[in-house]
Amino acid sequence: MPDAAIAIPPRATERRLPGARLRRFVPWALLALAIAAPFLLSAYNLNLLARFMAMAILALGLVLIWGHGGILSLGQGVFFGLGGYAIAMHMKLADLPAGELPDFMVWSGRESLPFWWQPFASPAFTLAAILIVPALVAALFAWAVFHRRVGGTYFALITQALALAFATLLTSRQDVTGGFNGLTDFYSVFGFGLSRPAVAKGLYWVTLAILCLAFIGLRLLLASRFGMLLRAVRDGENRARFLGYSPTPFKVVAFAIAGLLAGVAGALFTLHAGVVAPALVGVVPSIEMVVWVAIGGRYSLAGAILGALAVNLARDGISSAMPELWLYLIGALFILVVTLLPNGLAGFARARFGGEGRA
Amino acid sequence: MDSLLFLTQLFNGVSVASLYLLAALGLALSFGLMRVINMAHGEMLMLGGYLAYLTLIVVPGPLAILIAIPVAFAGAALMGGVVQTALISRLAQRPLDTLLATWGVSLILQQAARDIFGAIGVEVRAPDWLGGGMAVGGVNLPSTRLFIIAVTIAVLAGIALLLKRSRIGLLVRAVNQDRMMAGAVGIDVRRVDLMVFCLGSGIAGLAGVVLALLGPVTPNVGQSYIIPAFLVVVMGGLGSLVGTTVAALILGLFSALAQIFVDVSMAQVLLLLFVILFLQARPQGVIAIRSRALDA
Repeated sequence: MPDAAIAIPPRATERRLPGARLRRFVPWALLALAIAAPFLLSAYNLNLLARFMAMAILALGLVLIWGHGGILSLGQGVFFGLGGYAIAMHMKLADLPAGELPDFMVWSGRESLPFWWQPFASPAFTLAAILIVPALVAALFAWAVFHRRVGGTYFALITQALALAFATLLTSRQDVTGGFNGLTDFYSVFGFGLSRPAVAKGLYWVTLAILCLAFIGLRLLLASRFGMLLRAVRDGENRARFLGYSPTPFKVVAFAIAGLLAGVAGALFTLHAGVVAPALVGVVPSIEMVVWVAIGGRYSLAGAILGALAVNLARDGISSAMPELWLYLIGALFILVVTLLPNGLAGFARARFGGEGRA
Repeated sequence: MDSLLFLTQLFNGVSVASLYLLAALGLALSFGLMRVINMAHGEMLMLGGYLAYLTLIVVPGPLAILIAIPVAFAGAALMGGVVQTALISRLAQRPLDTLLATWGVSLILQQAARDIFGAIGVEVRAPDWLGGGMAVGGVNLPSTRLFIIAVTIAVLAGIALLLKRSRIGLLVRAVNQDRMMAGAVGIDVRRVDLMVFCLGSGIAGLAGVVLALLGPVTPNVGQSYIIPAFLVVVMGGLGSLVGTTVAALILGLFSALAQIFVDVSMAQVLLLLFVILFLQARPQGVIAIRSRALDA
């Protein structure tokens, strides 16, 4: 498998660099800072951080499938969008007086609520949908492709077609999806008014908690037998097969978990951003999600989180000032990171300062 | 069903298939050789379109479009050569990383086009001799679309001839069949890669010219054709020109005929579902010279 050819920096356990002890406290210090952020940041910046953290949850899923599974998905935006639209549909319905339709449906001249909108009035159904629908769609899709042993580049191209089809469908069904503008103007979620500062802080902490949970869960998963077999499938699918393991279930489960994380990320992002639209879930955003992880380091969970935060922070800073520059920059980043720094910043840091091997 | 509508869509399907094929040929050729996909391939279409626009400014007269074709071919081939030498050949054996790096190229080229020519796009006016159309049995066949089909057939015949009859074609087939053995018997494998890549990019550039006859050339004109072209490669099978052609025809006809019943966006969804279903039956593609099973 090609990825095996990537040089892995030697484990640096023997090297005792000065500050090695100190380094162990860095993650805890960062976590403490993250917990305290609502008291340190302005409401606007806290909201930005919360959005980026939601995206980091999706990035963790990419480490699982891409870094450790060798599965490149250019369609994570689809699962992100499924989660995002699920919570958005609920919020559009939640504040509605009985018998009325969401604003955009009225504008496009619909008379009645589509049947598949109706269950989203229930908070429990919505939560279940956020957790189940993206994971289920991801599992079915992955199974359909992988069980016939179609993978690698083919899979990446098919996921991109999936992202295109999803975004086009959302855009064209104006009357039930809000079309190009997507769904926006939310006032409350599960009875909490979104404009209240306390709710914003609470949602931030929820996002942080889910991010930590996902981080710990994936760390355990990657260290487990499952993780080892996933890497075995990545490095030599046929060898794994000859040893008696069917690769398909490992890949499908990994892809479903990544889909689940993307769905949760999409729901949280929609809560913080107050909008979900095709432009956030289509082909281009889907591939940008990969760049977060490429820059952070595809094998490293911590790297993916930092990559998602850093790229989005840079994007926010640069694209508001000079939108043209951003596209040149992200294009160049893609090229440079992939050619010169295939293990991302995490790999660079590891080679430079030593530290844990790849998880 | 309305048979006139059916025949019209059948014709449209063939012309759409021609565009898919022109866009996919270069991808399929270099994918067969190197197992890499150039995500900036769509921008070769774009480049061809803009080169046609520029040629028509410089060269007046009704036959300028015929001059634009070699110009676009050469320009896109050159750009392809640069991408191959500077980037793809350095990422050998890392197909997924090649996807990402060339996507970076694609973003930069699109933005460059936006800065140079503007975001709205430029118009390439079809010459008068392509203005009209033919009516066959009540079905209107616009000349531009007939022109596209003719160009595609010419390109296909040219490539088939090149591969079957020329020395270069012999080398390409050798590398296509067994890269390592071809290298072992002294074929300069990297030069063959480069030649095929330039040829494929050139074909895309040429496709950009015919695309320009259909609508305005915009910075993301390539994007609308490239994803179906990717699906053609997925469905076509490794290393077979016939497979690619058949896959393009199937997908072009499928998407045109689906549009009789559903709208464009739904047709796109159905197209993807169709490809996934097709892979259930034939995971190796329409025609496979080699099996994909032990590919990884």
